[in-house]
Amino acid sequence: MTVDGFASRSPLPALLASRQIVVCCGTGGVGKTTTAAALALAAARSGRRVAVVTIDPAKRLASALGLDGLSDEPALIDASRWDPSGTAVAGGSLAALMLDTKSTFDKLVIAHAATPDQGERILANRLYRNISTVLSGTQEYMAMEKLHQLHADDAFDVLVVDTPPSRHALDFLDAPNRLVRLFDNRVFRMMMGPTRMSMRAAGAALGAFMKVVAKVVGTAVVDDVMAFFRAFEGMEEGFRTRSLEVLRLLESDQAGFVLVTSPRPDAVEEACFFADRLRATGIDIGALVVNRVHPLLVEVPVPVGVPVGPASDALEHVVATWRARAEALDLVDQAGPADACTMVASLAELVRAERAAVAPIVERIGRPDLVVEVPVLEREVADLDALAEIASYLC
Amino acid sequence: MKLEQFCSASRVVIVAGKGGVGKTTVTAALAQTAARAGLSVLIVEVEGKSWLATLFDRPALGYEETLLAPGIRGRTLSPDQALVEYLDDHGMRPISKRLRSTGALEVVAASVPGMKDILVLGKVKQLEQARAADLIVVDAPAAGHAITFLTSAVGLLDAMATGPIAKQAADVAALLTDPARCRVSLVTLPEETPVAEVVETAFALEDRAGVTLGPVVVNGMWPPPVPCTPRLFRAGARAAGITVTADDLAVAERSIGFAAARRERQDVQVRRLADLLPLAQIPLPFRFGATLGPADLEALTDAFVEGIVALAPDVV
Repeated sequence: MTVDGFASRSPLPALLASRQIVVCCGTGGVGKTTTAAALALAAARSGRRVAVVTIDPAKRLASALGLDGLSDEPALIDASRWDPSGTAVAGGSLAALMLDTKSTFDKLVIAHAATPDQGERILANRLYRNISTVLSGTQEYMAMEKLHQLHADDAFDVLVVDTPPSRHALDFLDAPNRLVRLFDNRVFRMMMGPTRMSMRAAGAALGAFMKVVAKVVGTAVVDDVMAFFRAFEGMEEGFRTRSLEVLRLLESDQAGFVLVTSPRPDAVEEACFFADRLRATGIDIGALVVNRVHPLLVEVPVPVGVPVGPASDALEHVVATWRARAEALDLVDQAGPADACTMVASLAELVRAERAAVAPIVERIGRPDLVVEVPVLEREVADLDALAEIASYLC
Repeated sequence: MKLEQFCSASRVVIVAGKGGVGKTTVTAALAQTAARAGLSVLIVEVEGKSWLATLFDRPALGYEETLLAPGIRGRTLSPDQALVEYLDDHGMRPISKRLRSTGALEVVAASVPGMKDILVLGKVKQLEQARAADLIVVDAPAAGHAITFLTSAVGLLDAMATGPIAKQAADVAALLTDPARCRVSLVTLPEETPVAEVVETAFALEDRAGVTLGPVVVNGMWPPPVPCTPRLFRAGARAAGITVTADDLAVAERSIGFAAARRERQDVQVRRLADLLPLAQIPLPFRFGATLGPADLEALTDAFVEGIVALAPDVV
């Protein structure tokens, strides 16, 4: 299949060519940020105008992407850096930005406030300052808000988005999502003023609620809570509309989801959690990226995601053969050669174990054709050269 | 250093590190190490990652303590569980359920920065005070969250001086800053980014949380280079009566070359870590089988013990 100059069996070129938003999700430490950045680079080289939204890139990768300062607005990366040989398809561009939860939230508040005064009041509220950084789900919500802004802005053909490294990363898929649920919940309504239906009951319930809050956190916080909710009066509708728009966008075929994992059982377990979560929301997975796969140095073809069967048996045989050789060598005190044989067996064992580890998620998704393997590199992925190498395996 | 001395240096050890560095495995190995020294150990898993129990070949961890191995018990203690328990303990059982179902609990928790973290650590403190075990090993939350987790008490005390939560925070701060009661053990991999992050975390924790850091556990060390040449290999094979083909020889060369190159890159990072961070290191070996089980735990515990014995006597 050839799409926009790509020629490969990976599902990613088609995904990058056809979607406006590509979301990378997975647990921490599996190379999600790297994958997002490499995908963005590949898309730029195929002639698309791309922005990559990162959450918390490692320092050197951030520098490579020109994100040394606090840049929560997209900054263009000079084409000479991601296309040094000048071989990319014309028309592409690459920009990167780092999500700043608080500043995105601040801008959202200012945009939705009825008056400048209301906006100022919210930004000054102590509870808001906590909520804008602490409330679980806020970072995820703000990532989506940023996405909405960038999508609306039309300066980019495709946005590649990194997600926070937690199970909560997909909380924005809740409809209504957490933040909206906050404004939606009964306590909030009580605080915003009693409804016509049950003014008395609501008043009593509010009293009980405030008593609990006061008991747990002290009375000082209670005033903040009240002030916070009053400050937001009238704004919740704008928030709700906005978040539902983002949700619809993500559920549409304008968005594609890339699940990222490493070939270790704990990472795969998390990947399965994400896969189930996406499925429950009715979202298809566009690709499964398995990062840092070790090479098989023996000539036995073993496709990924095959835990049992002839291929795996062959690998098993390799391990057993070389272990037996190591033992035989040990018996005649040939320590060096014995260790060499043990190393061959260990590396084959590692490949076997990695394949077995990946199997559950491939089975869960039920689409072996969506699997893309990236081998472990002989160097740190901390510059655009290394990203280009990763991109060559992805696309 | 003597094993007993290391394991009884404090009553709580908090194991912290970035996601994917093997923090949970190190937690289990440390528990096993302390058990070998004759201590009773309680593992507290705060992220609800119940698979820790599979290292002991036991069913998943739950909120109730379970026996994982002789002398080792384990339980989960998630922030939500800690919050509910706190409310129950403070006579709010009747309404805590409703607070949860309406989402109001989330508002309460968010109204105080780091409140859930403080409740988790508060519960750990309670277990420590009750002498629930000779050593309590806490598998801390991953990534940058470890800093938030451990600085929550100080942060809250800055913002709020009175009230039951402030009292809780003061107790937690007292626990964290007393080296006889609590130490933090950082885990990293011998790779560029994990090393950079562990150095940053170490300085942030010492400066902002006032905790005492134990040795850094460097997880996933590949074996030292195999001293073998094609000539030695052929001679060895002859001596052992093994027939090896040219292909076999090539495979062996590629394999030891690959492993040696990896180890060489790791050694560079280990030296870099030593230069950047003045803490002792305990290296743990890379496990080639990806499914971790009791056999791996034994091997890691052996290495842990070896690493402790190799430490200078005055390290802790």
